[in-house]
Amino acid sequence: MLYLFLRRLLFVVPILFLVSILVFSFVLLIPGDPAVTLAGDNPTPEQIAQIRDKLGLDDPIIVQYGHWVDDLVHGDLGDSLFTGRSVWKSIKERLPVTISLASLSLLFALIIAVPAGIIAATNRGRWIDSLTTVGASLGLAMPSFWLGLILVLVFGLKLGWLPATGFVPISESPWQWLKHLVLPALTLGAAAAAETTRQLRASLSDVLDQDYVRTARAKGLGWRSVVFKHGMKNAAIPVITVIGFQVAFLLGGSVIVEQLFALPGLGGLAIRAVLDRDVPIIQGIVMFAATIVIAINLIVDMLYGFLNPKVRSS
Amino acid sequence: MSSAAQPDLNATVGDRAAPAATGVVALQVDGLVVEFATDRGWARVVDGVSYAVASGETLAIVGESGSGKSVSNLATMGLLARSARVPAGTALLEGTDLLELSQRQLEDVRGDRIAMIFQEPMTSLNPAFRVGDQIAEVVRKHRHASRRDAWRRAVEVLDLVGIPRAADRARAYPHEFSGGMRQRVMIAMALACEPLVIIADEPTTALDVTIQAQVLDLLRATRDELGMALLFITHDLGVVADVADRVMVMYAGQAVETGTVDEIFFHPMHPYTEGLLRSMPQVGTQGRTLASIPGQPPAPWSMPGGCRFAPRCPYAIDACRAAPVPLVELTPGHQVRCVRAHELTLRGAA
Repeated sequence: MLYLFLRRLLFVVPILFLVSILVFSFVLLIPGDPAVTLAGDNPTPEQIAQIRDKLGLDDPIIVQYGHWVDDLVHGDLGDSLFTGRSVWKSIKERLPVTISLASLSLLFALIIAVPAGIIAATNRGRWIDSLTTVGASLGLAMPSFWLGLILVLVFGLKLGWLPATGFVPISESPWQWLKHLVLPALTLGAAAAAETTRQLRASLSDVLDQDYVRTARAKGLGWRSVVFKHGMKNAAIPVITVIGFQVAFLLGGSVIVEQLFALPGLGGLAIRAVLDRDVPIIQGIVMFAATIVIAINLIVDMLYGFLNPKVRSS
Repeated sequence: MSSAAQPDLNATVGDRAAPAATGVVALQVDGLVVEFATDRGWARVVDGVSYAVASGETLAIVGESGSGKSVSNLATMGLLARSARVPAGTALLEGTDLLELSQRQLEDVRGDRIAMIFQEPMTSLNPAFRVGDQIAEVVRKHRHASRRDAWRRAVEVLDLVGIPRAADRARAYPHEFSGGMRQRVMIAMALACEPLVIIADEPTTALDVTIQAQVLDLLRATRDELGMALLFITHDLGVVADVADRVMVMYAGQAVETGTVDEIFFHPMHPYTEGLLRSMPQVGTQGRTLASIPGQPPAPWSMPGGCRFAPRCPYAIDACRAAPVPLVELTPGHQVRCVRAHELTLRGAA
């Protein structure tokens, strides 16, 4: 298991390297010159040239990249072109919001998907299975901005049960934190719940038809042991894969949902940075998000090893 | 009885199982009926089958696929698919009718008093768990043993079925075993709680011929050692001669002939049994065309009104198609379901 971890970790280095090249070069493709934007109204060509020089924009691209990566490995993501604040600080400030939202969304998705998938798979062809399938299709088909608006209208405005906007740090009041995040997390988690339900239903149905499940029943094991122990450990493998993907989707989807619920998360920072062409912030956020996704993939790989002994030994 | 040589054709025994040859009857199935839900309504795939198997004895149930041989045993184990039902019959194990038990009660019996070995060793073990754990699980469930004692028992039975270095191999996963070794693991799992009855459903079909012989030897040896009853389900008469004491031949959901191995092999009374024997390849008959039984077994929803084998039977006459044929006892223990049983002289194995 440790060997597997080290081997997978070794793969992370070249992936991060590739990601850094992509992140760096994507920004070069963005139209517009940050120096022009920075110089304000009616700049003289000298002012622009001065700014370009200060930012190192006239250096060869490979040199620019070298500087950037050098800073990156030292934990320095650069400073915002506009506020001059450290990018890392800006990210760190907003990170708790996005992390709270994403993890709560994932939690909600699992709380919905695991029972729903198991119920559907163990009641194939019955009405409750059809109901689950229809529900999952709906969850996938509904765009998050629309679902979010409906939830806000019903639970925020009409019933007044939950706040429609804003964020309270968990350190201030866990209860308020949760109350403010329930609607956004449901909005963001709906699609993940639907996708996970479908995958779990499919893979568990498949596993429950396997000979070894019949063996488990022939041994006299009860329904619970058959489904949860013998079934789930095998059915979980494709489900874990899907959940890994979902994490990336949740990070991306949080941009929209944060706007919808006025949450001061990374999404808002990213949108403003793109509009301002604040290159270091864009680079910092994308690099950071990519690192998280890679880390999640590493965790998924490790879970494979735990669930599938063949992976461990190969 | 005045003359033992003259078979009593009026003695219908279809609803009573013949007494087993040796030992105490371990499992006695009577009048078992199994039906499956199909688009055409309930299809009867097992129609009034009765058999008994005693401790220390092997009963082979032989038939083509679809004859109902596996389904009857899945029914007694309570392992039928949800689309199946058992409208009639009893299956007595130690005085308890298994067919009357709830799933909960059956769980206590399965794996403990009655165990099963399946055809596909490659897929019958859970790939995600160590084989030792999969065996220990049975012991823990039924003997309420501690983790350690259950593991020790798992190693013990793995050793018993001839797995070398059992203590090490118990820690291995199924994919680290060959097919034959996996079937040994399955047998070890079945033996773990020393059941009264073991049902082996085509346990050697998926194995190489050389491995087949080893597994058969193992089954026979453990049956003798532990004195359990062995129900051996197969389509292969060649295997039957090796392992069984008595044979029940099934066709289209019914028993068509029951007898000792010698009776079935050398004095078959049913044309279907003869057909099975003749389609069995034999050493020393090289060059001769292998006989086959023409046609297909009938579908459960379109059973012939008379003898079910009549459409494929070379000896069929009008009387065969007239009415359902009862299973009759020709000589003690030798039963046959054939109108012409007393007049036909059939060829047995050479």
